[in-house]
Amino acid sequence: MIRTRGLTKRYGAVQAVDDLDLDVAEGEIYGFLGANGSGKTTTVRMLLGLVLPTEGSVELLGQAIPQHARAVLPQVGALVEGPAAYPSMSGRAHLAAVDAMGPSRGRASRGARIEEALERVGLAGVDRRPVRAYSLGMRQRLGLAQALLGRPRLLVLDEPTNGLDPQGIHEIRTLLTQLHADGTTIFLSSHLIAEVEQLCTRIGVLDRGRMVLQERVADLDRSTGRYRIETPDVGRALALLDGVVDSVVDGPDGGALLARLSDPAATNARLVRESIRVTALEPERRTLEEIVLDVIARGAGGSGSPAQPRVARLPDDGDDLHEGFQDGFDDDGFDDDGPGGVREVLT
Amino acid sequence: MIRVELRRLVRSRRTWVTILMIDALPVLVAVLLAWTDLGPRPGTGPAFLSAVLTDGKLFPLAALGIVVPLLLPIAVCLMAGETVAGEGQLGTLRYVLIRPVGRTHLLVAKLVSIVAFAVLAVAVVAATAYVVGLGLLGNASQAVSSVSGTTLTGRELALRTLLALAYAILSMLGVASIALFLSTVVRSPLAAALGALGLLVASTLLLTLDAADVLKPWLPTRYWLAFVDLFRDPIHWRDVVRGSLLQLGYLVVFLGAAWANFVTKDITD
Repeated sequence: MIRTRGLTKRYGAVQAVDDLDLDVAEGEIYGFLGANGSGKTTTVRMLLGLVLPTEGSVELLGQAIPQHARAVLPQVGALVEGPAAYPSMSGRAHLAAVDAMGPSRGRASRGARIEEALERVGLAGVDRRPVRAYSLGMRQRLGLAQALLGRPRLLVLDEPTNGLDPQGIHEIRTLLTQLHADGTTIFLSSHLIAEVEQLCTRIGVLDRGRMVLQERVADLDRSTGRYRIETPDVGRALALLDGVVDSVVDGPDGGALLARLSDPAATNARLVRESIRVTALEPERRTLEEIVLDVIARGAGGSGSPAQPRVARLPDDGDDLHEGFQDGFDDDGFDDDGPGGVREVLT
Repeated sequence: MIRVELRRLVRSRRTWVTILMIDALPVLVAVLLAWTDLGPRPGTGPAFLSAVLTDGKLFPLAALGIVVPLLLPIAVCLMAGETVAGEGQLGTLRYVLIRPVGRTHLLVAKLVSIVAFAVLAVAVVAATAYVVGLGLLGNASQAVSSVSGTTLTGRELALRTLLALAYAILSMLGVASIALFLSTVVRSPLAAALGALGLLVASTLLLTLDAADVLKPWLPTRYWLAFVDLFRDPIHWRDVVRGSLLQLGYLVVFLGAAWANFVTKDITD
């Protein structure tokens, strides 16, 4: 549905997007992650023909953009960097005006499509007040309704849950899942990893204009090479496993050991033989957040050699582009210390 | 797109408030004239104003002479400056373009809507002036005399008045296309409007300067009041034709520049 090759945009000396190969297949929900200022919005604008690439090509639904925009864009719905509407019109009047522009989607079905779109985004009961008087959340919903108006095959959404309360975010998430189930391909650009993790089947991570990771969520390597052993008998377990334990953290029932085990089954048998009570023994899994931050940190570090301490923190190189990422997590209620302080532990 | 633009224009309260404000000045002049009966001496003041005291039917032309030099172009500049930059500022520009509306198509639609505004404004001004003129000022009911002193039949007068109205609308094309061009260049609609307005002020000023004689035939405001020549007998076409060509020239050049700039522009607002 979306395919870019060598997509590059320079603004003077600033390299906004650098040699981007993006692939989004039909039926996917693709999560496009990146810090504020990493080039996400510029990419989205190039996909839609608003910004012209310095180099490289964009294909949408198999046709080149911007050359075939007229044929392709009617099948695409988009929300680009916040919604926008004519402030003096009511939501319905605005949608009708936008629908009447450009290639016809059928005048007879306009009223029905507007009602359907408003219904889907939870604005069905909206009155005749002008958009000027809408709250931020209502504007965001109206923007989504506008994107859905043409019953698109592809949705390109840039930060769709901006300005929504938790209830609203949940509703939009449900809506996107429904649309996906109905066969709509969704390209979701966001700096909120939690949002992407809950929805997306595939992710691409953009860092300073370059794609640093593109992978199906199911195929992500989540292992850390360590196992988490939860036990009330922390002291005895530690004595037994001395040498392979990286750290001890607080657990729900006593404590937990993070250990590098070559044969977890054998270790479990040893623990049991020594009558050490084990409440859980499982591979330690990285969250999507940790994977993303890790891959970016490696990119920033340059070498990415395994000898470097792998810390789920961004290097403090004074690059404020990354601050958005951190903010994003904080906004979203991520626990920055991670479960059991994993982040503090070096490998 | 054109239909949507026109509907927005007609439904916008701002359109009508602007037109009413433009219209208020000639009405005020008519009231003052009727009240004081003091017309400007023949040959001074806005065109036709001395003649309207005896014949209210000429007042639409006098009204045109009042609004064309300043009020109408200001309104046209504001409208045209708003077009692209205003939609950019609202954020609706990107959504219009991905709807998709072609960029060339968008420019044409905007130009049509500006011209439609000029037509509406001129029509409203002329119509009110006709009513006010007949009601408040003299109604000689006899044939009117042309500027050259010969008599015009009612039919001739009506025809020439319509021509004059059309010429006034045509005269706005130059400023409209300049403001439209600026609107594709700058982000602020106000900057685009004031830029075009600045050019008009400069043009008006240069017209009074003998040293600027070489420039005069090319200044956008040079032939604005040439519609007076339509009321000579026989009609003095030279300035009207030159004025029309000049406006079309400005239209071609600045619309072309607007197009060249806009179709390759990165839409980042």
